[in-house]
Amino acid sequence: MKKLSSKIYMYALFTFLYLPILVLIVFSFNASKSMARWTGFTFDWYIKLFQDEAIMSALLNTVIVAVAASVLSTILGTMAALGIHSMKKTSKSVIMGVTYIPVINPEIIMGVSLMLLFKFFVDSFGFRFGFVSLVLAHISFDVPYVIYNVLPKLRSMNPNLVEAAKDLGCNSKKAFFKVVIPEIMPGIFSGFLMALTYSIDDFVISYFTSGVKVQTLSIAIEAMTRKKINPEINALSAIIFVVISAILITKNILENRKLRRERAQFRAAQRKESAI
Amino acid sequence: MKTSKALAIPYIVWILIFTIIPLGLIVVFALTDSSGSFTLQNLFDMSTYMSVLFRSIFFAMIATIICLILAFPAAYIISRAKSFNQSSLIVLIMVPMWINFILRTYAWMKLLDPNGLINNFLGLFGIGPLNLINNAGAVILGMVYNYLPFMILPLYSVMVKIDQSVIEAAQDLGSSRLSLVRRVILPLSMPGISTGVIAVFVPSVSTFVISRMLGGGTNDLIGDIIESQFLGTSYNPHLGSAMALVLMVIVLFMMSLFNQFGNEEEGAMI
Amino acid sequence: MKNTIISLRNAVVEYDGVQILKSINLDIVDKQFVTLLGPSGCGKTTTLRIIGGFAEMASGELFFNGVKINNLPPHKREVNTVFQKYALFPHLNIYDNIAFGLRIKKLPEKEIAARVTEMLELVNMQGFEKRSINSLSGGQQQRIAIARALVNRPKVLLLDEPLGALDLKLRKEMQIELKRMQQDLEITFIYVTHDQEEALTMSDTVVVMKDGCIQQIGAPQDIYNEPINAFVADFIGESNIIDGIMRRDFLVEFAGKEFACVDKGFEPDELVDVVIRPEDIKVVPQYQGAIVGVVENCIFKGVHYEISVDSLGYKWIIHSTQSEEIGAIIGMNVTPMDIHIMHKSEA
Repeated sequence: MKKLSSKIYMYALFTFLYLPILVLIVFSFNASKSMARWTGFTFDWYIKLFQDEAIMSALLNTVIVAVAASVLSTILGTMAALGIHSMKKTSKSVIMGVTYIPVINPEIIMGVSLMLLFKFFVDSFGFRFGFVSLVLAHISFDVPYVIYNVLPKLRSMNPNLVEAAKDLGCNSKKAFFKVVIPEIMPGIFSGFLMALTYSIDDFVISYFTSGVKVQTLSIAIEAMTRKKINPEINALSAIIFVVISAILITKNILENRKLRRERAQFRAAQRKESAI
Repeated sequence: MKTSKALAIPYIVWILIFTIIPLGLIVVFALTDSSGSFTLQNLFDMSTYMSVLFRSIFFAMIATIICLILAFPAAYIISRAKSFNQSSLIVLIMVPMWINFILRTYAWMKLLDPNGLINNFLGLFGIGPLNLINNAGAVILGMVYNYLPFMILPLYSVMVKIDQSVIEAAQDLGSSRLSLVRRVILPLSMPGISTGVIAVFVPSVSTFVISRMLGGGTNDLIGDIIESQFLGTSYNPHLGSAMALVLMVIVLFMMSLFNQFGNEEEGAMI
Repeated sequence: MKNTIISLRNAVVEYDGVQILKSINLDIVDKQFVTLLGPSGCGKTTTLRIIGGFAEMASGELFFNGVKINNLPPHKREVNTVFQKYALFPHLNIYDNIAFGLRIKKLPEKEIAARVTEMLELVNMQGFEKRSINSLSGGQQQRIAIARALVNRPKVLLLDEPLGALDLKLRKEMQIELKRMQQDLEITFIYVTHDQEEALTMSDTVVVMKDGCIQQIGAPQDIYNEPINAFVADFIGESNIIDGIMRRDFLVEFAGKEFACVDKGFEPDELVDVVIRPEDIKVVPQYQGAIVGVVENCIFKGVHYEISVDSLGYKWIIHSTQSEEIGAIIGMNVTPMDIHIMHKSEA
């Protein structure tokens, strides 16, 4: 009884979460422009999507901005995490408090405040809105996620590891690159991925900081939704959905497999040990 | 290890320029007029938009409460599933989150349309067409749909740490299912609830995309007004900054209410 | 014959103004199994870290084969460490963990392979090369940590409570294996533990420490049989420690009676600690006993019974192969050899 009601509840929840997306995907193959009546199957919208120059250049812009911003924020954030980790408690908590601001501050405030800053740059140094302002803005909201991913890895690292490396012949620099960096690599990597996805996904902050010349994908999509009907959007959603699902599901399966294998080996080892 | 502290210096410079100074600029703009002299006029002008402000807070609160009600059982069910199923279910919760939120909102725009799929479906039974879009309900629905995972994930991450034996002990001591929730699960989930409430309320209260797409100009929120002061027709960054300042105060108030300042671990979760 | 490999002279370590080591002098003899033994906070791990190069002395000197190495960084020292929680590198598999030190030294891969294989044999972990660290049990991780240190052929191996996380049975087994390795490899082991039994089983020399001071250095038998003070006696094994008065040479008074003993050289009527091992007390019929008491408790401990006896307010612990009834009145005798007299320690 209890199990059944849980199941029904979860099915209802997932229907709510997925139905709108699935409708978009189904109608991306609809022959007519209608999003309500099925009139026949077509791939036309996908072809049109790839021929749409505005969309394609927006996609390219998004990739450029997201990759640049996430690479730079990964470097900046990893360095920051290493520095913060070795700080005393008070200075650490002050910096972590400020780091929290971009995470919790409403996006629109981040957006307009950065816009004011860049306007000031424009007025005083002849700065231009465009790629640079976008990348700077993206780094600002990306870096905290890198720090949040790297810092726990530093904290959970056995402090003896560095000593072990020195004990085995490393000087400080070698110990850092041979042990500390590989040890926090999963954190750096997931921080990078998070920064990348946030950058790709961002609309609000880009909207205020891009100026008129450079459009990102989110901004292009938003512009498209203002038109009455445009099934290219559906085709785009379908592609994004398939890519995202594939990445997340593969990642999940791989992680589970690794975890299971290690657990099985660990249990076998325990059994063997207690049998001695 | 002394040199490693210096590694944080570029970041400290960064947050000074790109976090602290921009927020300072908001304060400066809010308290000056276009000629740059000090004034409180912008804050007084806010009074015109009081109804919009209250509407924003009201909508965001409703959306947050609905999210909490929907997310609580879901997070609990996931946290009690087998560990393999747990990670799969969490991925399922996260997949929609990774899809561009304008696309997600657009999907609802099309579904709720007077000529949309839902009205077509209802039409089969002779109902409608109902007026589903461009009203308060549609805006709140958009908030719930977009931010529901922000409530489920922190709740789940707290609930998964509740030991099954604690729940069994409560049952052993005579808890009914209701009192189990009220006396054990709810208090133990409090940290997740506060994180989730903040994570849903803050983007809801400040949104302008959802209200524009699903409210159709009938239910403007404070976000719409701020947006129009900076990029829209009624360009006035001084008034816009005053509004942004008020919005920040509201957010800070909410956060102090839920005592979440500096809780970094949960933030990383989202 | 007895070469000193490591010497500490007046080693002082301070942390936040508190002295953790209070001017320690210690000579470690080459190819010995030396154990630093003491309760937590006694400074034993700090001493080990000085030798490893991970702790700095406020003052004092450290010599390695007669050369002062105070400021030599850890990676240039001919010692290797087995850390408390093993500190294996989770991002490397077992082979790469063991090969780590050799790769730093840039040895040819062929030689590395040979030496890693040799080490895996030594610690009995053949066939585990490709496995990840997380798949190992505590005992196996421990073996890999030892292999990773020993593969560098250090002159001295430092071990910081390496068996602390293992269960009793496994610990006993590893104790024997460690001792075997030390003898086979003919190198010096410096071993830190708070477990006195472990110290007595494995060591050639035991260094008992307390509050940053060395209390006694000696062979396990000497430390056990001739503890220098009540602390050592109590720490090294269960002991009855009673207040006594040294009447004159070879005569001590405690528990209201005078006893012959083998100690001398105390002040007349000096207040002393009298230490008697539980297994050195003989249970005899009441009328034959020098001390008489009531049995309060009798617990079976496997090899012996542990009997608690109350005698005029003094509590005695006796280890005996025979059980006694609770409430029974018994006599107790001690031979002069088994009465150890000690100066009162300041504490």
